[in-house]
This record gives sequence, C-alpha cells and structure tokens, in this order.
Amino acid sequence: MEWIEFPSLSRETLRDIRVTLDDGFKEFTRAYGETLEAMLEPLKIFLIWLEDLLISSPWIIILAVIVAAVYAGSRNWKIALGTFLALVAIGIFGMWEDTMRTIAMVTVCTITAIVLGIPIGIAMSRSDRLQAIITPILDLMQTMPSFVYLIPVVMIFGLGKVPGVIAVVIYAIPPMIRLTNLGIRLVDKDVLEAADAFGSSNWQKLKDVQLPLALPTIMAGINQCIMMSLAMVVVASMIGVRGLGQPVLQAINNQYFTLGVMNGLAIVAIAIIFDRASQAYGKRLQKHSEVIHG
Amino acid sequence: MASDGIEIRNLYKIFGPKGEDYVDLVKGGMSKAALNEQHGHVLGLNDINIFMPGGKITVVMGLSGSGKSTLIRHINRLIDPTAGEVIYQGNDVCKMSDAELQDFRRHKTAMVFQKFALLPHRTVLKNTVYGLEVQGVDKDEAEQRARKWITRVGLEGFEDHYPNQLSGGMQQRVGLARALTNDADILLMDEAFSALDPLIRMDMQTVLLDIQEELEKTIVFITHDLDEALRLGDHIAILRDGAVIQQGSGQDIVLNPADAYITDFVKDVNRGRVIEVDTIMTKKEPPKDALIISSGAMLEDAAKKLSEAGAVNAKIVDGTGKLLGSITIQDTISAMVTPATH
Ligand SMILES: Nc1ncnc2c1ncn2[C@@H]1O[C@H](COP(=O)(O)OP(=O)(O)OP(=O)(O)O)[C@@H](O)[C@H]1O
Ligand SMILES: [Mg+2]
Repeated sequence: MEWIEFPSLSRETLRDIRVTLDDGFKEFTRAYGETLEAMLEPLKIFLIWLEDLLISSPWIIILAVIVAAVYAGSRNWKIALGTFLALVAIGIFGMWEDTMRTIAMVTVCTITAIVLGIPIGIAMSRSDRLQAIITPILDLMQTMPSFVYLIPVVMIFGLGKVPGVIAVVIYAIPPMIRLTNLGIRLVDKDVLEAADAFGSSNWQKLKDVQLPLALPTIMAGINQCIMMSLAMVVVASMIGVRGLGQPVLQAINNQYFTLGVMNGLAIVAIAIIFDRASQAYGKRLQKHSEVIHG
Repeated sequence: MASDGIEIRNLYKIFGPKGEDYVDLVKGGMSKAALNEQHGHVLGLNDINIFMPGGKITVVMGLSGSGKSTLIRHINRLIDPTAGEVIYQGNDVCKMSDAELQDFRRHKTAMVFQKFALLPHRTVLKNTVYGLEVQGVDKDEAEQRARKWITRVGLEGFEDHYPNQLSGGMQQRVGLARALTNDADILLMDEAFSALDPLIRMDMQTVLLDIQEELEKTIVFITHDLDEALRLGDHIAILRDGAVIQQGSGQDIVLNPADAYITDFVKDVNRGRVIEVDTIMTKKEPPKDALIISSGAMLEDAAKKLSEAGAVNAKIVDGTGKLLGSITIQDTISAMVTPATH
C-alpha cells in the first residue's frame, strides 16, 4: 500500500512551513509596508490627477483631445473616425466615466511599464548573464496566475489603485522587457561595427544606433503592453480598481448578461483604438524603411 | 598634406578561446589546417609584416577566407591581435588604452565597408555627418563639411534621401562620403567596391583615384580582384591562409610571381596596363627619327603612341630629357602578350 500514496510531508510539517512563511511575510509587511507605500505615493498622485482630469473636464473637450491625439499619432482619418464613433457610443450607453477611469489606469500602467521595462531590456541586451537570470523571472511573471501575486500585493498595500497598478504592471511588463532586449540584440552587426569604427562611445552607440534601429520591436512591445494592461482591468477590479472592470465583475456575480457584454465591448473598443493608433504611429516612425529602391 | 605610414610587425591572430597558447606552435610552422584539426583554433593571421607607405594606396589581396578582413580590422583594432604590433606615428595601436583607441578611431581613421553599413534610419546627409557627430563637431559646421563631400562623390540633390531609396553604387558613395568627411589620415576600405557592378565599380575606382591625387591619404584597400588591385595599388600584398606570400608593386607581382598560386592569379591580367616601358627597354641606340616616350609609361600607352605615329622605334627619356634606352613596337607588343622572362 505504501506505493499508492505519495510520501508527502506530514500535515503538521506542512502547516508549520506555511505558518512560518506567512508570519515572516506579515512581519515584513509590518516593517516595510509603509515605506513601500510612501515610495509609490507619486504614482498614486499622478493616477488620481489624470483620472480627475479626464472625468471632470467637459466630455466634448476630452473627446476632441483623444480624437486629435489619435489622428496626430496615426495620420489616418479612418482610425480617428472609428475612435470618435466608439467614444460616442460609449458615452451614449452611459459608460463614459468608467471608460475614463480605465484609460487613466492603462495610461499610467503603460508609462510605468515603459519607464521600468526599457532600461531593464537594455541592460539585458548587454549581458548574456543578465539575460539568463531575467528570462526565467519573466516566464514566471507571465505564467503565474495573477491571483497568486495579488495576495502579497494586497497584504502590503491593501485594496485600491496602487496595488492595482502593481498587479497590472507585473502582468504587462514582460513583453516590454523581452522585446526591448530582442530589438537591440537583432541590430545589424555590420552597422554596429561601423559605429565602432568611427569611435562611438557606448552611449552614442545606444542612442544613435541601437535604440533607433530597435524601435519597431520596442513599439511592438509597447503595443503588447497596452493590450495586456487592458486585459487585466477586470482582474484588477477585484482589488478595488474602479473603471470598466467593476461592472463586469458585478455582472459576473449577479448574472447580468447585458451589463457584462456592454462593458466588455467598451474594453474591446478601447483596446482596438489603442492598438491601431499605436501601430500606425510605429509604422510612421519607420517611414524610411518603406520606400524600397526599384 | 602627406599622411604617415603604417607598419605592421609580426602580427598573429589565432581565433579561439586560448589563442595565445598556440602562437609558439604557429611560429614553429604549424599550418592553418593542422591547428584547426588538432586544437580547434582558427589561424587568422600568420606573422604579417607589411609597411604601408604614407600617402599611398596599399592593396591587400587574397581569396575568400585568406584573412583580409581580419588584417584590416587590426589597423583600427576592431579585432585584437594575439601577438604583434601595428605602429602608426610611433605608437602601437595594439597597446592603446580604451580612451586612446577611441580618440585614434575618431580622428585618425575612417572606414568603408563591403556591405556599406549605413544607418538605415538616417538620410544621406545625416549618415555623412556621423563621424563628425561622434567627434562632437558643431552641427552646422559638420553639415557644411558633409555637403562638400556629398557633392564631391556625385550625390548632390540626394542629401535627404534614405539609404534604401538609393542603388548599391549610390549607397557606397554615401559610405565613401561618410569616411572622407571624417578627414582622417587613414582610410580603410574592406572590399568597398566588391558588391558593385563592374561598370559602377570602375566609376568608383576613378572617383577614389581622383580624390587620392588631391588628398594623399594612407589608404588600405582590400580586394579579391587582381585588376582592381593593379589599378589602385601603389603597393600590393597577397595573402593566403593568413600569411603574406608576396608583396611589391603591381609590376613586380605580374613579372615575378612568387609561386604557382600567384602565377595562376596573374595569368589573365592585361600586362600592357601593368608593365612599364622601362622594364623592356634595351640599350640599343635608337634611330634619329625615333618617337619620344617618357619613363614610367605603360606598354599599352607606348604601343598606342607608336602605332598612331606609324613609328617602329621609340626612345625612353626621364623627366630631364636624358636618354635611358629604346624600345621597338615588336618588343612592346610581344611583352604585352607573352610572359616576359628576365
Ligand atoms: N570571429 C572569428 N572566429 C573564428 N574564426 C574567424 C573569425 N573571423 C574570421 N575567422 C576565420 O579567419 C579566416 C579569415 O577570415 P576573413 O574574414 O579575414 O577572410 P577574408 O579574406 O576577409 O574573406 P572574404 O573575402 O570572404 O571576406 C577565415 O578562415 C575565417 O573563418
Ligand atoms: Mg572579408
């Protein structure tokens, strides 16, 4: 019979392990929680400011600004028109305020992911050792169910916006880092050699050669990052992030089919706007590679 | 504005994790094939000694894999040697600190690449200023200097084009303009014209020779094409398996090939364009009505002059008009077609 059941540790040992780890972590939270929270205060202030700005300004101005920004980025009137129609529909169906909250949240998360992700990606591209260390961490971040890392985040920060941003950034930053690293590593060796031959310093090489040439790949990373942030808004709503995720959560709990679909579609609409606009912008930056000598 | 020469002394390069350990074996005569088979290391350069005269074009020639690119990359130390020295203005490039090396690359050298290696996201003008930008030269001045060279290589009007809007020949003109704008004494050209069509290639050679006449830079030019080597090279070194097997002027190499490998290389060459009249002239007294041809003229030009004038004899004179010897049209033509044995 001994071979049927796996010889696991006894219940008592397992419990002890859990208790020790949990206590240790609680201890850590008590000791450093406030410091960590204080460190992230600017992030919170920025997010609240942006949310207020979007919600308390007259809707017509926000609508105009968003459509203008999309047009300025993409130089494509079809995308701008689509944006206009989608936002009008969102407003008519009473989701304007939640949509603004979600846009503010996604914007802050994306900026945070870019600010952290690009330097990490650059560092990773310069050292094979670092790449070997960071890659499995990114794999872990992407495959670990997000509910699992919500636990410690909530233990430290409680419920609210900041833990929401952290959870979303953890989920959305890996493609940013990976694609920055990849983009820089794929830069043509011949061009790098030319930069060396002219006596470029490492910094000159990075800013004049590697980053510009990696830009299409980095832009793809930013695009991915935005999409993944949006995908996380429902999960984030579970820890108190307001926006389009909350009605969806409510709809799940109460089986409100229409409410769920409407808010879900609003998320999809924003995702498509962000995606098309950022891709068109990325393409425009790459204009020099479009015209091929006949 | 004469430039200084480059002296390469006892230069060895062995590719692989423990290259230094095998230098002595190579010095003892181990071949490239044996080193690779027994120790898994690749012999890149084997005891290279070349003096590259200042203000002249030195051509390094050899077949694919003979070590040409490896050699030229030692001059600006894009590749570190396993042993040996590269001396320029009394300093060993191989011993420079990182800062000295950066300075040397910025101010003393410029390079043109086989695959152009232009910055695809920059216009012709922005590519051309790259070297000056790295040096920290003021933008307006840099662009002004760059424009001058863009015009000089025949790309006026294309300043705002991107590289992939240009043909290969035009792209390499950008590569050349970029290197010349740097205003460095040493110009390194690794198969700079090899990727171009024959006609465009001739064109570019002409551009280079014209510019060189004016600037007198120390040019190191890599090619696997003998005609190109003979046309451009004041001094030619031939590499095989990482070692120099012959060096000298184009005429030396065509007239006295060191071994069967080089004989094979030179057998189809247009000798009329390589051999000087001095080589075939005799001490025979020329007739009174003989044509006058100056010393150093190529056989082809001499033959042309003789046949145009309908003459049979010519006297060879030096710059001061002193008689050096004489040639006949028969001698000239037979030296152009059959290997001259001396
Ligand atoms: N980084 C390297 N590691 C190992 N071997 C190398 C390396 N670079 C060059 N080699 C070897 O050194 C030899 C000389 O190569 P090199 O590129 O200098 O030849 P080449 O004369 O320029 O040839 P080609 O005409 O094809 O450009 C070759 O056998 C090559 O395989
Ligand atoms: Mg080569």
